[in-house]
Amino acid sequence: MSITRFVKPEGLPAFLAHLSKDARVLAPVVKPADKRSVVFEPWKEGKEFTLEKATVPAKAAVLPQCETLVSYRKVKDKANPQNVTLELDDTPQAETTVVFAARPCDARGYVTLDRPYLKGPIADPYYKARREKLTVITLTCNSGCNTCFCHWVGGGPSSPEGSDILMTELSDGYILQGITPKGDALLEGSGLDDGADRFKEMEDVRKAAWATLVKAPNLKDAPAKVAAKFTDVDFWTRETDRCLSCGACTYFCPTCYCFNITDEGEATSEKGGRRLRTWDNCMSPLFTREASGHNTRMEKALRMRNRVSHKFSTYPENWGTFSCNGCGRCISNCPVSLDIRQIVLDAINADKAAK
Amino acid sequence: MPVLNGKELRIVGFLCNWCSYGGADTAGTARAGQPTDLRIIRVPCSGRIDPLFIVKALLNGADGVLVSGCHPRDCHYAAGNFYARRRLEVLKQFLPVLGIDDRRFEYTWVSASEGQRWQHVVQTFTKRIHDLGPAPKLEDPEPLLKVVDMALTSLRPLGTGQKNKLDELKAAIKAKLPELEVVIGWQQGYDAARTVPLFMRTPEDVDKLVWGPFNVNNPAVYLPQYKGKKVGIVVKGCDAKSVVELLQENLINREDVTIFAMPCEGTLDMARVNQELGRYTTIDKVEYDEVGVTITADGKEHRFCMNDFAQGKCYGCTMPTAVLSDTLIGTPTEVKPGPYTPPELALLDSMSLDERLAFWRGQMERCIRCYACRNACPMCVCRDYCIAESREPHWISQEDSTRDKLFFQTIHAMHLAGRCTGCGECQRACPVGIPILALRQQIARAVGQLFDGYKSGVDPEAVPPLLGYEVEEKNIHEREWK
Repeated sequence: MSITRFVKPEGLPAFLAHLSKDARVLAPVVKPADKRSVVFEPWKEGKEFTLEKATVPAKAAVLPQCETLVSYRKVKDKANPQNVTLELDDTPQAETTVVFAARPCDARGYVTLDRPYLKGPIADPYYKARREKLTVITLTCNSGCNTCFCHWVGGGPSSPEGSDILMTELSDGYILQGITPKGDALLEGSGLDDGADRFKEMEDVRKAAWATLVKAPNLKDAPAKVAAKFTDVDFWTRETDRCLSCGACTYFCPTCYCFNITDEGEATSEKGGRRLRTWDNCMSPLFTREASGHNTRMEKALRMRNRVSHKFSTYPENWGTFSCNGCGRCISNCPVSLDIRQIVLDAINADKAAK
Repeated sequence: MPVLNGKELRIVGFLCNWCSYGGADTAGTARAGQPTDLRIIRVPCSGRIDPLFIVKALLNGADGVLVSGCHPRDCHYAAGNFYARRRLEVLKQFLPVLGIDDRRFEYTWVSASEGQRWQHVVQTFTKRIHDLGPAPKLEDPEPLLKVVDMALTSLRPLGTGQKNKLDELKAAIKAKLPELEVVIGWQQGYDAARTVPLFMRTPEDVDKLVWGPFNVNNPAVYLPQYKGKKVGIVVKGCDAKSVVELLQENLINREDVTIFAMPCEGTLDMARVNQELGRYTTIDKVEYDEVGVTITADGKEHRFCMNDFAQGKCYGCTMPTAVLSDTLIGTPTEVKPGPYTPPELALLDSMSLDERLAFWRGQMERCIRCYACRNACPMCVCRDYCIAESREPHWISQEDSTRDKLFFQTIHAMHLAGRCTGCGECQRACPVGIPILALRQQIARAVGQLFDGYKSGVDPEAVPPLLGYEVEEKNIHEREWK
């Protein structure tokens, strides 16, 4: 049996304080507004946090919205000003980080990102540096929700994939269960009470969470069916009538990993410049605009086709599993509530409907 | 003396080539002594100055910005400075909402022969900036998170609109459908407690049409993409204003668009509805009565009274029925205009300049630049050619700095000056709930005050104020340089 620890709600700040001694702790924080949101922010002693599911996933822990790949500047030799050298710094910006109270869908997101970034022909050194320094503490969900569909795509409210520690809310506190050796070690050094006697209760709570989920359709055929729809432009046009072609679905997605590289600053001066890597998304016109000015994807239908096909057909083709974890953020954050579940189901059922 | 050594401040000057640059030259040749804080950028005409040049300078560390052009009626290009005058005055009234002191920006007119006047202008403006001191930076204050007060009183009774004759509307759409490529309306979304835009192409599609307080989306956002095609659109009062504004700007043709309308009784603020509903799996039922909606989710009843849960714009709405329509089902509701400040703007009004800067810092930090605000805006018609993503010109970097994010919001707001109808879709679309509508509301208020109560999206024949000028502006007066 894995290592378990138990902590009362009032003990959580002390636990976070313990974690933040040698790591940056990213915890969900409420941003009050008419439309309140929950975002991950570095926690420091005394800062309030929440255990709600975050509006924005903690993807930035491994793939920041913007990072400097290389900074460069020209340096003049003072004694001999004609001697100009170029100074380069390409050290990855990586801090030891603990993500606290992610949800199972977010944690699975890291695994989804790992495949293209680490398991391809070349591992991305920037991603790798951050990923190796990352510990994920996941809070299991005690119930389903209207936009969540993790159990459609191979996950679930207590899926351990991608987590180092699984944390479950019990009647009077939280039980933390080590999943990986890293998680076990963290728990052992945490000074928290042993939670072995609450193990049974934890299993019951997790089972009860499964019971709240609405029955999932079978998506076994999804990769083939979505791929079969690829050339049916009318299908995509119909499905995306109301799409606004903004980037909310991709930027709030824990598994979307496309990026853009731009240079900012002055390359040839002593001030220097930086090569930045920033999030990019397939809904953006620049995503496919070529140097000639020609854009291969002018229609929003083709942009959304790319997104859905990538998650449900081409990524599975490459890696054998969906790159959608069913967190539902693309649905809940979409200004027009475009529903990826419906698009996939429509693709699956398309030939049935035709018959 | 280097700029950063203390005594000098950073003042950027945009000078028209034909008059003020000559004026500065005259002052120089006459050996008229001037402070040296001003850094001059020569432009062909004051009409060339995009207000965003000024905002960009101010957000990026300028302590003051001075614009100077030819005297009105003396423009080298006949009317450049007339247009500039309107834009610059709107900008001046906009800056305070960002937390920037409007005294840090000034515009004036100096001719090529007025060396002395130039000397006077530079001395006065530089003194003013020195009195104000270095400009506070967006990154300096502690983030301030204040919440808009939504306890509002409506100008009219709000309701759920269930007495409207939806069947008549459907019949009217079906009758017209064969001539139209598509008719845009609303249908139920992924559960009964929300609607999404509906694109009706067949009579069966029309049967899906719904009308009620969940119809929050503004369908006018889709119209420009159908320009040149015959389309229909179902509108609430506020949506109709967007349609009219699009007509005013020739972005759609009147003969191509068939407008179907019913009187609107208000729509729900889905942000507050969702918060009240909390995490739920299924909606069991949604029941309407005259004054509100009862939603049962996972067996639990939630009551939403329209007076408590409407969108901010609905409380002050004076045009619940479309101002322009081809088919109107029902009788237009008359609403007497009353005192009303939009809640977002009221919040900003209640703050000091420093607080506003801290507020925007606190708000914009969580922006992730998804551009939902832009794409949900019916007036953002550049679509794929937005300058926010352009590399040439390079307006905004790809960095995720608060400054860049706020600058984008300024771009959006300035591009909506005299065009924004206040539909609020930008703010509703924002997934992280940044009250960006306040910026648009301030611009709309400034435009109203400057141009005799002008409201966009009301009169299809009216020229948007920033697309025109008066030789003698009634409400814009050059400030004296004493």
